[in-house]
Amino acid sequence: MSNQEPINTFSSRIAVLPEANIDTDQIIPARFLTTTSRKGLGVAAFNDWRYEKDGTPKPDFILNTIDASEHRVLVGGNNFGCGSSREHAPWALTDYGFKAVISTEIADIFTSNSLKNGLLPIVVTPEIHAKLLASPQQRVTIDLEANELRLEDGTVFIFKIEAFARQCLLEGVDAMGWLINRLPAIETYEREHAA
Amino acid sequence: MSDQPKSLFDKVWEKHIVEDESHDRPAVLYIDLHLVHEVTSPQAFSAIEERGLKVRRPDRTFATLDHSTPTLPPNAAGERPYFTADAKNQVETLERNTKNHGVKLFGWGSENRGVVHVMGPEMGLTQPGMTVVCGDSHTSTHGAFGCIAFGIGTSEVGHVLATQCLAQRKPKTMRVTVTGQLQAGVSGKDVALTIINRLGFGGGTGYALEYCGPVIEALDMEGRMTVCNLSIEAGARCGMIAPDQKTIEWLRGRAYVPADYEAAAAEWLKLKSDDGAVFDDEITIDGSVIEPMATWGTTPDQGAAVSKAVPVATNENEAKALKYMHFAGGEARDLAKVDVVFIGSCTNGRMSDLRAAAEIMKGRHIADGVRMLVVPGSEQVRAEAVAEGLDKIFTDAGAEWRLPGCSMCIAMNGDFVQPGQLAVSTSNRNFEGRQGPGARTVLASPATAAASAIAGHITDPRRYIA
Ligand code: SF4
Repeated sequence: MSNQEPINTFSSRIAVLPEANIDTDQIIPARFLTTTSRKGLGVAAFNDWRYEKDGTPKPDFILNTIDASEHRVLVGGNNFGCGSSREHAPWALTDYGFKAVISTEIADIFTSNSLKNGLLPIVVTPEIHAKLLASPQQRVTIDLEANELRLEDGTVFIFKIEAFARQCLLEGVDAMGWLINRLPAIETYEREHAA
Repeated sequence: MSDQPKSLFDKVWEKHIVEDESHDRPAVLYIDLHLVHEVTSPQAFSAIEERGLKVRRPDRTFATLDHSTPTLPPNAAGERPYFTADAKNQVETLERNTKNHGVKLFGWGSENRGVVHVMGPEMGLTQPGMTVVCGDSHTSTHGAFGCIAFGIGTSEVGHVLATQCLAQRKPKTMRVTVTGQLQAGVSGKDVALTIINRLGFGGGTGYALEYCGPVIEALDMEGRMTVCNLSIEAGARCGMIAPDQKTIEWLRGRAYVPADYEAAAAEWLKLKSDDGAVFDDEITIDGSVIEPMATWGTTPDQGAAVSKAVPVATNENEAKALKYMHFAGGEARDLAKVDVVFIGSCTNGRMSDLRAAAEIMKGRHIADGVRMLVVPGSEQVRAEAVAEGLDKIFTDAGAEWRLPGCSMCIAMNGDFVQPGQLAVSTSNRNFEGRQGPGARTVLASPATAAASAIAGHITDPRRYIA
């Protein structure tokens, strides 16, 4: 089983949410966590920023002003995805249609969860971040094979991504299969440590 | 193995390496204890079932019900007042999954059910030197026993169910030394909020923290759990404290500890960082100047001493937080009228927390218009508190005494703060809407929360401490 499509190169317009410290409670509030499925959370992504109490969309909120099929790259403020370990956060973002998140810092667990769900977390320098914020309408290209983020003005940024997670994304496979293949070594460990 | 001095983290990490990491491959890290709850596990059980797998080590997997469980008792017909049908379904899904896979569930009716990070240590499941994971970011709590303990996402919950291992890169290490001696009325929570304030909300990202120094050594085990619990609020994946005699005495006699306890304890004492162990980073905090703390913003690092005025915003971020909190900036803390007080959670839902609150509330009554919930962290805590008469102190003071669960910490179970209300909470997150849409949360210690309930506004607990 692979839980995602292979990612290689894609171009997309960006959607900008410049606030710092966007935590996973904002990305998907806790009351939506009672689901037993991975799917269908996109409509509730950023629920409390996105809708009025009666459920009508707030006209100025970014997710209500863009076309999800056109805007597949979310640019957030510093320390994006902090807080709870809920994988529902990347599930909600990918279900909405995002394929990458860009910030100057992205929280550890969110990064790990995103990489397992075909959502590419890209950490950029403050300079690149400023360029993205300055032209929030722009189209960028992400090339995972080359580790490149290409901006509309021609700037090329080489991003870092953990080598194994990158391989999994390129091939569209998940780490569970890889771990299952390590079972002989795991069994040896257990015997030696009387675990 | 080399004779180089090693840190506590290094010793525990090395002991759990099944295959070491390389440039292309993460390490395969063995997991000793996997704790499971209803909210982050259903999709993980589905994932292993889709592959036709069973839980590989049910003997290392323990489950409980806490996040979406009602804290009010069942009705006459025995029906629990679930907030939504989905919440009930999620609980029943875990009951079914644990049964099918032979996993022990401390569920309804168990006298050991509790918030997962209260339950684990209390049952002696958490033991020094272990690797502990759970689909919950506050798993860092278990680091108080010298464990590498960290939160994982649901995909990784599936990995551990299937293989008892995780693919992991070794994090950097940081030593956090707290010197001096705490003043009276200052607790582990205040120490933690001070550390987070110093490190910054994302300041620990990529690090495993080790807490040490005289203040940490002087804390009791429950205070140490509070400090480690909040590691994630500085962005750190885990926080640890070296096991000592207190650790050994606290765990002695608990249900799941090793039969040859003395032999195990002797090994545990060897885990502490060697003299000269190297850390990637270090900070030192003077514990003797720490005061009772309360947050004023919408991230846990936005805190200050209760005795001081609310800070004035110095950037856009702080201005936005103050606006959400309805604070002007610069005003005295005690101008903030309190609507709700919550005592509980995996941060502060243990006996010492309830005792600290009860000490202040005894013979007093909460102010008019304040709603107060006291939610013990586990059934064991509840039983012990009732035996000590603490429940009576709380209810006499006008508070509600509830059944164990996460309750208002995450507001999934129907216990929540109304829009616009100000809550003083002993939990761990003051994010916008964390305790209910539009709720405004101030994080503080149990003593500060209890004192604020009595006063009706945010206040320094030391005014009530004889
Ligand atoms: S009490 Fe709060 S932080 Fe702790 S496990 Fe429950 S929801 Fe998570």
